[in-house]
Amino acid sequence: MNYRAIEAIYKYEMARTWRTLAQSIVSPVLSTSLYFVVFGSAIGSRMSDIDGISYSAFLVPGLMMLSLLTQSVSNASFGIYFPRFIGTIFELLSAPVSTLEIVLGYVGAAASKSLIVGCIILLTASFFVDMQIMHPFLMLFFLLLTALTFSMLGFIIGIWADNFEKLQVVPLLIITPLTFLGGSFYSINMLPEFWQTVTLFNPVVYLISGFRWSFYEISDVDLWVSLGMTGLFLLICLVGIYWIFKTGYRLKN
Amino acid sequence: MSAIISIKNLSKTYEGGFQALKDINLDINKGEIIALLGPNGAGKTTLISSICGIVTPTEGSITIDGFDIEKDYREARAMIGLVPQELTIETFETVNNVLEFSRGLFGKKKDPAHIEKVLKSLSLWDKKDDRLMTLSGGMKRRVLIGKALAHEPEILFLDEPTAGVDVELRKEMWETIRELKESGVTVILTTHYIDEAEKMADRIGVINQGQIILVDEKKALIQKMGEKNLMLHLCEKLAEIPASLSNYNLQLNDDGMQLRYSYDVQQEDTGITGLLEGIEAANINYRDLETKQSSLEEIFVKLVQKQ
Ligand SMILES: Nc1ncnc2c1ncn2[C@@H]1O[C@H](COP(=O)(O)OP(=O)(O)OP(=O)(O)O)[C@@H](O)[C@H]1O
Ligand SMILES: [Mg+2]
Repeated sequence: MNYRAIEAIYKYEMARTWRTLAQSIVSPVLSTSLYFVVFGSAIGSRMSDIDGISYSAFLVPGLMMLSLLTQSVSNASFGIYFPRFIGTIFELLSAPVSTLEIVLGYVGAAASKSLIVGCIILLTASFFVDMQIMHPFLMLFFLLLTALTFSMLGFIIGIWADNFEKLQVVPLLIITPLTFLGGSFYSINMLPEFWQTVTLFNPVVYLISGFRWSFYEISDVDLWVSLGMTGLFLLICLVGIYWIFKTGYRLKN
Repeated sequence: MSAIISIKNLSKTYEGGFQALKDINLDINKGEIIALLGPNGAGKTTLISSICGIVTPTEGSITIDGFDIEKDYREARAMIGLVPQELTIETFETVNNVLEFSRGLFGKKKDPAHIEKVLKSLSLWDKKDDRLMTLSGGMKRRVLIGKALAHEPEILFLDEPTAGVDVELRKEMWETIRELKESGVTVILTTHYIDEAEKMADRIGVINQGQIILVDEKKALIQKMGEKNLMLHLCEKLAEIPASLSNYNLQLNDDGMQLRYSYDVQQEDTGITGLLEGIEAANINYRDLETKQSSLEEIFVKLVQKQ
């Protein structure tokens, strides 16, 4: 294992994050604050509790997931798309590094960044809402698993995309709707039965539900189903990445 | 001498069906400088990319110091430094950071002293904390060379290293390459400048349309193919070449202001003295004269046309 290569890639990617530190932190803080002002305070005050939890508090896990997913996908996809775009990818391809090492470096850095953002959102939220986290370790575990999975998804998108539009289309047209419809802002149980069934095909539902359980012990689907599904997505992404490097898809001529 | 790179029956057909390399066989010796020459699109970059793992060969095998580039890619690649033809480089990072990144990528321990040495030899030391986007094109090319040298490779590929580099620096670069050779590094370079190949290389390989036309010791090659031109820039327009000079191989260019004399450097008597006397006798005045050796590519084009 070429640990120095992993470290080099990781550091290099994180340097990009630190360079844009202000915008990396300010924008999630700002958008979260806005959500809490609008949905939490203004609208939330007229909303009844959900499963005994105030609407503002109910929102916290969903909002964290929303940011975590979009951040992971966009960080990782940009991270690998950029070297392809400007051509510096040649160095990765000609270096004595394995697929695993490249993925660990890029996905690790992207996941780290979205974890940092997730924690910042949690911190911001704690100024607006009174809340407790009943299973902090499980919460961290979900956070980590999701960050990794979606960073890998982002990595795949970054390799698949051959222009900037495609790079943005997936987060915009797929991730965001799935997250909004995945119960970030409401409980699935509030939907008519038919739509509840449809919703179960949305992978994000399981992430949010499990994540919310770690906060308040309330969930739309069983915790173990959530964990299982999250693991399954992780596996699917792993297979995708393995295939990409095995075949050199979009990387080599 | 023992071969450090051994290429056997290498062929590459790109996805669109274009065959860029056709059955290449080539051994590159340890410690030599070999220059690859050939017109645009000949397949030079494809050949280098195949050896370095950027392009997957369609057929054939390549070994680096006995290591197969696919099966033993770690050992094989660890020995190689590559300077690509295109100026592909980050924008926001600093010179020092990109060199350290390259070194790390190749699994080498941090070594600021080595990085310093490389940067100094490329006259980049005073730029080490500058962001890449603030550098000039020639400096960026040197950064690319620095990146390739950051991990102390035993084999260095230089794909047109001196394109866009000024004369002064080109000389410095040749010096650097020579020093590398002295320290035992094998260098493979492509270039379109014959003087570069002539000054630097021990051997020269000529590629055309995906095939290696010939590989030979530089001296032998240049002797075999050397043809030189003497250009006379005339003071007045000349309507036609006077009959008295007809047994010289002369050409008058379209505007009648330049006379070109082609001769063989190999020959004992190049005929220059006689020609100049004849020109004076014919009352042709010239304000300047220069000699030019035909580029290897020109020679090569002739060679191909003859084939
Ligand atoms: N990715 C690719 N897909 C399809 N064809 C390609 C690709 N890369 C190169 N080629 C073709 O392969 C041939 C050889 O290209 P190559 O870049 O190896 O030439 P070269 O000798 O390096 O030329 P130059 O002196 O211009 O750098 C060209 O005809 C080129 O069009
Ligand atoms: Mg080329």
